[in-house]
Amino acid sequence: MAATSEAVVNPAHVEKTKKPPARYWDELQDGKDENKVGKDGEQTGETLSQKHVEKAKKRKNDEDRGDAKKFISGKPDPFPGPAHISKDRMQKFKRRDKTKKIPRQHYKLKDMMARSDEVSEMAQKQAARIDLLLPEDAGFLEGDEDEDTCTISQEDISDAVDITSASKYFDLKLSQFGPYRLDYSRTGRHLLLGGRRGHIACIDWQTKRLMCEINVMESINDVKWLHSEAMYAVAQKKWLYIYDSNGIELHCIRKFNDVLRMQFLPYHFLLATVSATSFLQYLDVSVGKEVAAINTKTGRLDVMCQNPQNAIVHLGHSNGTVTLWSPNQKEALVKMLCHQGAVRSVAVDKTGIYMVTSGMDKKLKVYDIRAFKPLKSYFLPAGASCLSLSQRGLLSAATGDIVQVYRDVWSTPVTKPYMAHRVQRTVWGMHFCPFEDVLGVGHGEGFTSMLIPGAGEPNFDGLDSNPYRSAKQRQEWEVKALLEKIHPELITLDPTELGQVDQATSQQKHQDRVQALGFDPLAKEKFIPRYKKKGRSSAGSIERRKRQVANEDLRETVQQSSEDKMKIEKERKEREKKEVLLSSKKSALDRFKK
Amino acid sequence: MKVKLLSRNPDDYVRETKLDIQRVPRNYDPSLHPFEVSREYTRALNATKLERVFAKPFLASLDGHRDGVNCLAKHTTNLSTLLSGSCDGEVKVWNLTKRECVRTLQAHEGFVRGMVVRHCGTSFFTVGDDKTIKQWKIEAPAYGEEEEPLNTILGKTVFTGLDHHRKEGVFATCGQQVDVWDEQRSSPIRSFTWGVDSFSAVRFNPVETELLASCASDRSIVLYDMREPAPLKKVIMTMRSNTVCWNPMEAYYFTCSNEDYNLYTYDMRHLEKPITVHMDHVSAVLDLDYSPTGKEFVSASFDKTIRIFPKDGGHSREVYHTKRMQHVICIKWSADNKYILSGSDEMNIRLWKANAAEKLGVLAPRERQAANYSRKLKEKYQHHPQIKRIANHRHLPKIIYHQTREQRVMKEARRKKERNVRKHSRPGTVPVVSEKEKHVVTVVK
Repeated sequence: MAATSEAVVNPAHVEKTKKPPARYWDELQDGKDENKVGKDGEQTGETLSQKHVEKAKKRKNDEDRGDAKKFISGKPDPFPGPAHISKDRMQKFKRRDKTKKIPRQHYKLKDMMARSDEVSEMAQKQAARIDLLLPEDAGFLEGDEDEDTCTISQEDISDAVDITSASKYFDLKLSQFGPYRLDYSRTGRHLLLGGRRGHIACIDWQTKRLMCEINVMESINDVKWLHSEAMYAVAQKKWLYIYDSNGIELHCIRKFNDVLRMQFLPYHFLLATVSATSFLQYLDVSVGKEVAAINTKTGRLDVMCQNPQNAIVHLGHSNGTVTLWSPNQKEALVKMLCHQGAVRSVAVDKTGIYMVTSGMDKKLKVYDIRAFKPLKSYFLPAGASCLSLSQRGLLSAATGDIVQVYRDVWSTPVTKPYMAHRVQRTVWGMHFCPFEDVLGVGHGEGFTSMLIPGAGEPNFDGLDSNPYRSAKQRQEWEVKALLEKIHPELITLDPTELGQVDQATSQQKHQDRVQALGFDPLAKEKFIPRYKKKGRSSAGSIERRKRQVANEDLRETVQQSSEDKMKIEKERKEREKKEVLLSSKKSALDRFKK
Repeated sequence: MKVKLLSRNPDDYVRETKLDIQRVPRNYDPSLHPFEVSREYTRALNATKLERVFAKPFLASLDGHRDGVNCLAKHTTNLSTLLSGSCDGEVKVWNLTKRECVRTLQAHEGFVRGMVVRHCGTSFFTVGDDKTIKQWKIEAPAYGEEEEPLNTILGKTVFTGLDHHRKEGVFATCGQQVDVWDEQRSSPIRSFTWGVDSFSAVRFNPVETELLASCASDRSIVLYDMREPAPLKKVIMTMRSNTVCWNPMEAYYFTCSNEDYNLYTYDMRHLEKPITVHMDHVSAVLDLDYSPTGKEFVSASFDKTIRIFPKDGGHSREVYHTKRMQHVICIKWSADNKYILSGSDEMNIRLWKANAAEKLGVLAPRERQAANYSRKLKEKYQHHPQIKRIANHRHLPKIIYHQTREQRVMKEARRKKERNVRKHSRPGTVPVVSEKEKHVVTVVK
């Protein structure tokens, strides 16, 4: 910028007194000009300077216009103006609509709104620009002609891809303590396996390094990583336990008994558990306090998932309903009847828009949970026992010992799976690994890590969950995350509610007005009939007088409203008359009208 | 079959050597950052709490005067120099960076009433109870030289205030009348009176440099043009104003500190009604000074507190007090917009931060970024009840706390009575008079 602006110094003005300091680009240009006009021979310095002036003027004009900038070399910019940003990219980063202009707004407020709109638009544009620079692309799998992708086996894929990716397809044969449930840590680096018969193992699954392995000598219902890979919770036969990554028991929480399923809400540091005694409990893992204990009164609870966008817990019940819960309310926020039989599994996608459920009626249903409307319903002959959604929206459904993966279940009607794989015994737990194209399946014979191209989000955010973070970075992140731990009271169905204007209802406004004035301006004094003597205040006559007054009031209001109507009608007629008059005036150009 | 799997090269995500900084790849996709609003709110709440934790406004106390500090003057070209005059006629020159007195001179007998530094910064003027105007050099006399004023003018009456023209060698004093003096002459070039017996303050307009404003003891504020023989106009209020100060950026606004515990900002062009009434003090307001940005001003009060008001806000954003500070007589906002200087009855000059929680000194870029971010967050969520409560809470001395409450009760009672009177009288006979209109008696032209 500095260079171009310097070049703009008006030479015409300078020429008269002093020559401008020599610049290398001037020389270059002069040389070129000389070459060009060499044939003419008689090109004097005067014309040259004139040319200069014109050029400078033109350049200045160009700069005023703001586009079509020229480089120092004199060449025009082949791509003038800011680069184009595609619409869908802009849509992706759209956070709010432009504020509507309200007539007769205060000028300061108007100014402030305009500025804030400007800033948010700039932020949106910049974010959309940076989106271009993301380094990784998502994976994919395409069959040849007449080849179904679901017929491609895991071996074929692992043969076709590079060594590191191929090493992500593996089987762990753990037939002794199965079947297994599993959980991936939030960064996707660590895997936690919990066998039904008490076996727990933490593995850094990419390097295959075993972090700890213990047997709790008790049946295990579920396992869950807490906020980092340093701690995990295990729902054992009786109580809930918390272990660290070396397998040392940190806590035994006796307030949480008979826990069957768990969910960890990472931004709230809450561990939500459901139990066989139909209790939904929330544990704040940062301070170790029970936040809420809700008796759902719906029997044994073993179907659970969370909505990652608003931290609402979804529970599936044996009567076919799915209920939504927050820790702030003793009652369910929403009850949806989803299936004819019992609900077997529930999953919510990353964007918090779609919910997928499967039931004993062998149906697989997709719901829009913003509007609580069913979108799609599929019939699976075997029925899905276990569902999991990946970051990019792939759905895996386990039917017996077969794992099927579907693509685009909510947008297009799906007829056949994207991928399928048979494991040794019945599937017990299933999870997509975050930020990897991997699906972990826990079953009776151990654990299988499958390759599902296109499952994981290719570009992670380093400040949120970084798979490659060092110990120092993790510590830093932990402190930051704890500092901005969201209070459980802020869990609501609409997470953006906190940022919206709380508009007072008209009732509230009226109340405030009454408070300020000290009396109710709209209140009408109640008519109390005067007591009259000589028997004229009998119950009947009092009633008659009351009715008389009421009738008068009514007549008044009716009269008023009819007058208003007349007025409006009159105005309308006058307006119409004027329009007719205006239109009847013939203009000289009317003859050209068709 | 065509297949691609996510396969990241760790070298792209991990730093090469320990000497490098850590790599932090970013993805701003909103779906990867859930709970945007609640997290921001939590951050804003934390930032607000931290602001209150770090709010330590008191920096230093400059002691040395042997009587109450009656007036302060900022040096016009030097940030670190401050002049102060006390009730025993002593003037001290202070070095603020070293926080020490560099020069003391006995300027007057009796009070030093006013003091101002000439725009060039080489000399200053003082007026005192001994009916003299004296001009002094800023530099201390050399060894062996006697401390003598450059120039002394003997006036007929006591002077109560003084201000110097922005550019020319002209200054104005007030006392029985407002006088405009040429530095070269010993008699005023112009004298203004408008049927009042005394004035308490006079100020030159910083932009329209020929204009003057003064506060008179007949409860009026009078505006003058130096070039004209007669005053321009005046507004009479219900109570007397003590001082007046022009907004340095929007110089058609001026603010006056009033005896009725309030400050009033007027538009010079429309004196019928003040633009804003600034309430919060619980005793007479004695002095005020604008910040150089013109967005805020600071006021000193007889209730032993200093308050900072936004220029268009009805209530103060900050209140400063200490156990030992008595009635604050004079106040100045430093020219770098960072400090506030107050002179009080108990002979001390106090140095305060203008922004109580601000970190002084050079900020690292990341520090500055973090500070800016948290400032923006606080601004964004300032209306949320919990944040508002924390941000607005100030500890007040017991007396002031109770007086504030008492005033509120009194005001409420008055309003209630008025409301009842209005309710029970014929419509239109008891009109609603706004707070702004209440305090203006009349405007005379």
